[in-house]
Amino acid sequence: MEQKSKFVEQALILSNQALSSDVYRMVVQSPQIAHDSLPGQFVMIRLSDKLDPLLRRPLSIAGADPQKGTLTLIYRVIGRGTQQMAAAQTGASLDVMGPLGRGFDLSASRLLLVGGGIGLAPLLFVAERCCPRPVEVLAGGRTKDELFWTELFRDSCQSIHVTTDDGSLGVCGTCADALPALLANGRYEGVLTCGPRPMMKQVAALAKAAGIRTQVSMEEHMACGVGACLACTCGAADGGSRQVCKDGPVFWAEEVDWS
Amino acid sequence: MNAGLQTELAGIKLRTPLIAASGTFGFGEEYLDFVEQADLGAIVVKGMTREPRPGNAGRRMAETPAGMLNCIGLQNPGVDVFLQDILPRIKRLEIPIIVNINGNVQEDYAYLAEALDASGVAALEVNISCPNTRHGCMAFGVVPETAAAVTAAVKAKTKLPVIVKLSPNVTDVAEIAQAVEAAGADAVSLINTLVGMAIDTHTWKPVLGNIVGGLSGPAVKPVALRMVWQTAQAVKIPVIGMGGISSASDAVEFLLAGAKAVAIGTANFVNPQAITDIATGLRRYLEQQQLQSISQLVGKVRIGG
Ligand SMILES: Cc1cc2nc3c(=O)[nH]c(=O)nc-3n(C[C@H](O)[C@H](O)[C@H](O)COP(=O)(O)OP(=O)(O)OC[C@H]3O[C@@H](n4cnc5c(N)ncnc54)[C@H](O)[C@@H]3O)c2cc1C
Ligand SMILES: Cc1cc2nc3c(=O)[nH]c(=O)nc-3n(C[C@H](O)[C@H](O)[C@H](O)COP(=O)(O)O)c2cc1C
Ligand code: FES
Repeated sequence: MEQKSKFVEQALILSNQALSSDVYRMVVQSPQIAHDSLPGQFVMIRLSDKLDPLLRRPLSIAGADPQKGTLTLIYRVIGRGTQQMAAAQTGASLDVMGPLGRGFDLSASRLLLVGGGIGLAPLLFVAERCCPRPVEVLAGGRTKDELFWTELFRDSCQSIHVTTDDGSLGVCGTCADALPALLANGRYEGVLTCGPRPMMKQVAALAKAAGIRTQVSMEEHMACGVGACLACTCGAADGGSRQVCKDGPVFWAEEVDWS
Repeated sequence: MNAGLQTELAGIKLRTPLIAASGTFGFGEEYLDFVEQADLGAIVVKGMTREPRPGNAGRRMAETPAGMLNCIGLQNPGVDVFLQDILPRIKRLEIPIIVNINGNVQEDYAYLAEALDASGVAALEVNISCPNTRHGCMAFGVVPETAAAVTAAVKAKTKLPVIVKLSPNVTDVAEIAQAVEAAGADAVSLINTLVGMAIDTHTWKPVLGNIVGGLSGPAVKPVALRMVWQTAQAVKIPVIGMGGISSASDAVEFLLAGAKAVAIGTANFVNPQAITDIATGLRRYLEQQQLQSISQLVGKVRIGG
């Protein structure tokens, strides 16, 4: 029997705090998954043993501490699943399946992380793992309500650049608006991005023009999370397709069919 | 110990009556970190076609109350890639592999039956009930004559046991079951998914890329159970029951209704070790009921009296 690489754990909820009006940070005790997690990978979580809501929810791993055996998740409340998650109490348990998928290649020495909104969650884990290597982050949010991200990245990032849609903090606009200036000044060897698809497409195009390779973290609706149901298929540049849950969620930008 | 769970289906020996349902278990490898191989009776692989198929565009999955809709559209690499690259790998599992075959026209089914005949797979499951393709497939399964014709065409090309997978999207499932039995089917399996729909009230658009999709999961269980019961009474060949089975007690219901084996689909997504948990629950149930074998349950629902 080959060694197991994925686990289901009944993880003890150690904390579950609001970071803004609709974003929460949960830390759970999940030693097996925390031990094996790599930045860019995700977990599928289930909140109760009830049959409704039925399916697991995919969430990026926003941090993992193999020593303490803890896993951090940062999530935005969207619908029933994440509402239940926000209501979960410390001391209760969370059914976690993972670590799943293929994470980021962190071999380039100077990385720029470009995240839109909740897409910053997996990039936080990247920053933590890379520390003390120099890493910069470009964080795009809607309003200054999302200031908490700068706090979260403070310990692990050399410099933090911020944009907001309404200009209430940092540069007014999206990550893609602020990126050209950064690319012109920085000496980045790789760009890692996660966020809305149009943003990632723009980021990858701008980085490519500057001669830098980009890795993107894709999102699709998922049922199984392990490559068994084929719900999460995305088009590939070679004319074929990939499963976001198993072949991704992280892909080289040039692997993806952006049309 | 599995002695009490052993069963036999159209000549195939199963270590347990628990089969992984087509399209929910990939090619069998994806869940091996979670399921004990000894608990798996057989694996039915994802629906196979003659040529590779990309599947449907747009969103392919939507969660619904206690269920889900899917419109995958039979994404698969085609039978040649299956035979060359995939089958040699999964044959090593020592679990009977059943191939779910699909076509646009009757000749496609016959072609696949012939191509797979000597490949070493345990059986064929003829899918005449996929709701997610534009041509063929479900169209064959809703009319007794075409269902029988496809069955006969497959039987003519293979010595493998032939299981015909029936659609619940019919008025009288027993009539279709009898037609495929008369055409030589060695077993029937049911139910495939029920055609359903979901609409986004913000955009006023269908949630699924294909507009409609197949409903599965606990929501369909009562309908599935009723259809398995009706079918088991109407035919002599074995019935494989499925539709929403999530627990050992669900599986027992299907056995009592007349299923000789059961398949587990959507439950694998919810609980990746569902099949192992159900096997454990069945062993405990046999013990509690002081039964020696699962076969003592098959068709034993007490009606009247
Ligand atoms: C690989 C991956 C990583 C993710 N990481 C994070 C993260 O770190 N933090 C975070 O807040 N969100 C993340 N998401 C999105 C998150 O999965 C959804 O917001 C969540 O599933 C919503 O569930 P719900 O029950 O609250 O919403 P509902 O709308 O009630 O959910 C209904 C169904 O749609 C699915 N769904 C809804 N929105 C999405 C979406 N955007 N992507 C995929 N499926 C969706 C749900 O899983 C569920 O099956 C990630 C998605 C993927 C695919
Ligand atoms: C995502 C998904 C894909 C499926 N693909 C197939 C398929 O390729 N061929 C087939 O015969 N049935 C397919 N089915 C139907 C299942 O095998 C099963 O008949 C149905 O889901 C009911 O069982 P369940 O409620 O346990 O899932 C699929 C079901 C799901 C949910
Ligand atoms: S979510 Fe099932 S294959 Fe990716």
